[in-house]
Amino acid sequence: MAQADASLQLVPEVNPYTLRPLRKACLVGFALGVLLLAAVQTGAPYNVGWAGLILAIVSSLVYIFDLRHDGPPGIKNNGIMHSGALSRGAWGWFLGVFITGFYVIVYFYPSYVSRLIEMVDPLKIAVSGQPGVSRNEAGEITGHSQWFFYGFLYTLSILVMGVRAIMKYRHSRYQILRTISVMAAQLFLAFLIPDILMRLNEGRGWFAWANIWPLNFYGFEPWNLDNLWKNAGFIGRSAVVWAVASIILVTPVLTYFYGKRWYCSWVCGCGGLAETLGDPWRQNSDKSLRAWKIERWMIHLVLVLVVVTTGTLFLHYQFNILGDLGNTLKKWYGFLIMSVFAGVIGVGFYPIMGSRVWCRFGCPMAAVLGIIQRYFSRFRITTNGGQCISCGNCSTYCEMGIDVRYYAQRGENIVRASCVGCGVCSAVCPRGVLNLENGPVKGRFAV
Amino acid sequence: MEHVAIIGNGISGITVARYVRKLSDKRITVISAESRHFFSRTALMYIYMGHMKYEHTKPYEDWFWEKNRIDLIHDYVTEIDTESKRLTLRNGPAVDYDKLVIATGSKSNKFGWPGQDLDGVQGLYSLQDLELMEKNSRDVNHAVIIGGGLIGVEMSEMFHSRGIHTTFLIREPHFWGNIMRPEEGALIGRHLNGHGVELKCNTQLDHVIDDGNGRCRGVVTDQGEELACQFVGLTAGVHPNLDLVKNSAVETGRGVIVNEYLETNVPDVYSAGDCAEIRTNPDERGRVEQLWYTGRMQGEALARTICGERTRYDRGIWFNSAKFYDIEYHTYGVVWPEDREGETSMYWENEAGDKCMRFVFNQEDRCLIGMNAFGIRYRHQVFERWLADNRPLEYVLTHLSEANFDPEFFKHFEADMVDKYNQMNIGPKVTLAKKKKLLGIF
Ligand SMILES: Cc1cc2nc3c(=O)[nH]c(=O)nc-3n(C[C@H](O)[C@H](O)[C@H](O)COP(=O)(O)OP(=O)(O)OC[C@H]3O[C@@H](n4cnc5c(N)ncnc54)[C@H](O)[C@@H]3O)c2cc1C
Ligand code: SF4
Ligand code: SF4
Repeated sequence: MAQADASLQLVPEVNPYTLRPLRKACLVGFALGVLLLAAVQTGAPYNVGWAGLILAIVSSLVYIFDLRHDGPPGIKNNGIMHSGALSRGAWGWFLGVFITGFYVIVYFYPSYVSRLIEMVDPLKIAVSGQPGVSRNEAGEITGHSQWFFYGFLYTLSILVMGVRAIMKYRHSRYQILRTISVMAAQLFLAFLIPDILMRLNEGRGWFAWANIWPLNFYGFEPWNLDNLWKNAGFIGRSAVVWAVASIILVTPVLTYFYGKRWYCSWVCGCGGLAETLGDPWRQNSDKSLRAWKIERWMIHLVLVLVVVTTGTLFLHYQFNILGDLGNTLKKWYGFLIMSVFAGVIGVGFYPIMGSRVWCRFGCPMAAVLGIIQRYFSRFRITTNGGQCISCGNCSTYCEMGIDVRYYAQRGENIVRASCVGCGVCSAVCPRGVLNLENGPVKGRFAV
Repeated sequence: MEHVAIIGNGISGITVARYVRKLSDKRITVISAESRHFFSRTALMYIYMGHMKYEHTKPYEDWFWEKNRIDLIHDYVTEIDTESKRLTLRNGPAVDYDKLVIATGSKSNKFGWPGQDLDGVQGLYSLQDLELMEKNSRDVNHAVIIGGGLIGVEMSEMFHSRGIHTTFLIREPHFWGNIMRPEEGALIGRHLNGHGVELKCNTQLDHVIDDGNGRCRGVVTDQGEELACQFVGLTAGVHPNLDLVKNSAVETGRGVIVNEYLETNVPDVYSAGDCAEIRTNPDERGRVEQLWYTGRMQGEALARTICGERTRYDRGIWFNSAKFYDIEYHTYGVVWPEDREGETSMYWENEAGDKCMRFVFNQEDRCLIGMNAFGIRYRHQVFERWLADNRPLEYVLTHLSEANFDPEFFKHFEADMVDKYNQMNIGPKVTLAKKKKLLGIF
C-alpha cells in the first residue's frame, strides 16, 4: 500500500532556470576566490589569499544584491526543488562533503590550514593582542590556535549570508530585525567582545559571553569559573555572575515571555549561522514522525550527558571525589558532542539534513529552552481559524522539521518544544494562517 | 461491520474518511484514480514552481492510512449500481458497499471554443494536468490565459517563475470582475502589471489558431486581435465532475443533487465537495461550492450523518482567501461585486497602492456585512465574532487593531483607516482603541 505514485513525473527534465550572466560570473568569482585561498596554503603569498577572500566576498554580495531582480518583495522559493545544490542533488552532496571536510580539517588537523591561520594573524593580534601561530626561536611553527581563524570565517559567513537573508525576506520586518540581531550578536558578543575583554584583562581569562551553559560547556568548567572569579578582576567576576544568572534567571524569564526564539533565532551563534548560511537548505529537514521521535530521545540524552559531565567536574573540583571520571567524561563529551556533533555534523550536514541538525537533535541549551517553551511560556504560533489549505509550504520550510501543517489544518495552535521562532512558516504561508505570538499561558493550545 | 465506500480522495472524501474513523469502527474504503494518496490540490502551483515536491503536498505520511484502517484503492470507478450496492472498477475487482459517498470533484470548463482541444491548450485541475503542463510549457515564451480567476492567476505565477510571459484575456472590465469590485480589481491589475503580466480586459477568446500540426500557435480575440503564443491556459472556472454519476440512479443537475444533509435521492448514497449541488428547497437552483474549506466542512458534517448523528451542513459565516503573486487576500462575510440594496461600503487603500480594505455595512443599522483585506492579515475568529454579533462599522473600526494578524513589527495601518473614515464623514467619529501589549515589546 505504501507504494509511491510511480507514474508521476513532476520534475522538469531540463532545468528551466537559466542563470543570469551576472550571477554566473559571481559564482565563478566565488570559486576563484576559494581557489586563491587554497593556493595560500600551498605557498602563495598572503596577499593572494586576501585578494581571494575579498573576491569571494564581493562576488557573493553582488550575487545577493542581484536577488532584488526576483521582483517585488515577497516569498520567492522558485526552483529550489529543481536545484540539485539545494535539494540533495549531486551538487548538494558535493557541498555537504566539502563543508564537512573543511570542518574536519579545521577542528582536528589545523596544520593543514596553518598558513591561512597565520594569514589572519594581524587581525587576531589587533583584536586580542596575541598571535594565533606560535614559533620557536628558529622561526619554526610549534603550534597554532585555529579558533580565531575559525571564528573569523564563521562571522564572515553570518554577515555575508545575513545580507542575503535580509534581501530574501525583505518583505518582513520581523525577518529583517531578527537577521540584524543575529549578525550583531555574532560580530560583537561572540566574536569581538570576548577577545577584547580578554585583552583588557591582560589575558587572565576568556569567556564566551554569547553562549549560555549547557551550550557553553567549556566556559562553565569549575576551574575556569574559579580562575575568572579570583584572577580576572571585575570583568572576570562579571563573567561568572553572568554565567550563572544567564541560565538560572535570564533564560527562564525571557523564555517565559517570548519563547526560545529570543535565544535560538535572535542571539545564538549556531542559530545565527543556521539562519544565514544555512537558510538556502532549510527545506531539507526531515518532517517525519520518526525523525521527531529520534529528536526527542537524542536531544534529552545530550542534556543528561552534559549535566552529568559538568556535575562530575564540579564534584571532583570541590570535593576531590570520583577520581578522573570527570575528565574522561569531559574528553568524550568534548570530542563527540562539541566537536563532531555541534561542529562537523552540525554545519557540514546543512545541505543534506537542513540547517538545524545540531539545534534540533543535539543542543542541550535548546533542550532546556524547549522544556520551558513547551510547559511554561506565553509563546505559541497562532492559527488563523479555518484558513489553512493544507498546501504544505509551512512544513516544508520549517528548519526544525515540525509538521506545522498538521496543526494548522486542524485549526490548532502550534506549541512545540523545538520551534525556534524563526517565523519562516508564517512568512511562506500563502494564506496568512500562521502568526508567532505571545499571550496568556492558559488556553494557548486551542484557538 | 458496515462498509463505507468513498469515491474520490480529495479533501472532501478524505475528511469524511477521517471523521468516520474518529467517530466509529466502520470499514472504510477510499477509491480514487488520480493519485494513490491524498495530496493538496491547492499546492499544485508550488510543485511546478519548485517550492515543493509532490511528496511535500501530501498532508499525511503514507503509513497514516493503514494505521487508521482506511483502505485505499488506486483505481477508477466505472459504474455505480445502487440496487445491488456495488461499484465496478476499471482494473480491480468490484467493491460492495453499505454506504456510498460521491466526492468526485470538478473538471475544468471548456466553452466549445474552436481549437480548444489542440496541443498546448489546457486547464489546470489534476496532477495529470500538471504533468501535461510541464510537457506543454517547454520552449514556450508566451502563454495566453483565458479567464481572470484564481486558477488563472496561479497559472500566470507558475509561468512567471520560469520566465514565461503571460497575457490574460478577461471578459470583465477589470480583473476577476464577477467577484471583485473595481478598486480591488485595479489594485490586483497594477500588481500583475508590475510583474510584467499583461491584462486585456473586456476581451474574450474567439478561437485558437492551429499551427498545421495540431498545436496551438496563437489566439484570436473577439476584438479580432491575433496574439502569438505557444500555450493557452483555459481557466474560466470548473464544473462538477459527473462522468460517473450521470449514468446511475443518482439524480444530477449542475452537480450531484443533495439536501442540506448531503443526502442524494438514493438512500445510503451521499455526496460532498466540489461535485455536490446543495438544494435547500427541492425546486430551486442549488449552490455548488468549489472550495477547499467547504469541502472540508461538508466532509465533517457528512461523517457525522453517516455515523448516525444526522447533521445539517452549515457553512457558517462565509470566508475565503487567495494570493495574487505577492498580495494575500482574505474575505470575511459577504462582499458582492457591487453594493446591494441597503448596503454601503467604505474603501481604504494605502499610499503605495498595494494594500487595501473594504468594509461593507448596512446603511440603516450600520452592521458589518462583509470585508475584503488585501495585503494585511486579519483574524478569522475575531471577524467571525463581529459578524455573528452584528457589530456596527464604528465598533469594528474602533477595535480593528485587535483583529490584526500581521507578524510582529509589521507596519500597522488601522489608524490610517480610521482617519480616512473620519474624513469621509459617513458616521459618528471613531477613535482607535490601543491594542493591549504585555511589556509593550514584541
Ligand atoms: C490549481 C487549484 C488551486 C486551488 N486553490 C484553492 C484555494 O486556494 N482555496 C480553495 O478554497 N480552493 C482552491 N481550489 C479548489 C479546491 O482545490 C477544490 O475545491 C477541492 O480540492 C475539491 O475537493 P474534492 O474533494 O471535492 O474533489 P477533488 O479534490 O477533485 O477530488 C476528487 C477526486 O476524485 C477522483 N475521481 C473522480 N471520479 C472518479 C472515479 N469515477 N473513480 C475514481 N476516482 C474518481 C478524482 O480523480 C479526484 O482525485 C483550487 C483548485 C485548483 C485546481
Ligand atoms: S514552526 Fe515556524 S517558527 Fe517554528 S521553527 Fe518551524 S518554521 Fe520556524
Ligand atoms: S503554509 Fe499555510 S495554508 Fe499551507 S499548510 Fe501551512 S498553514 Fe496551511
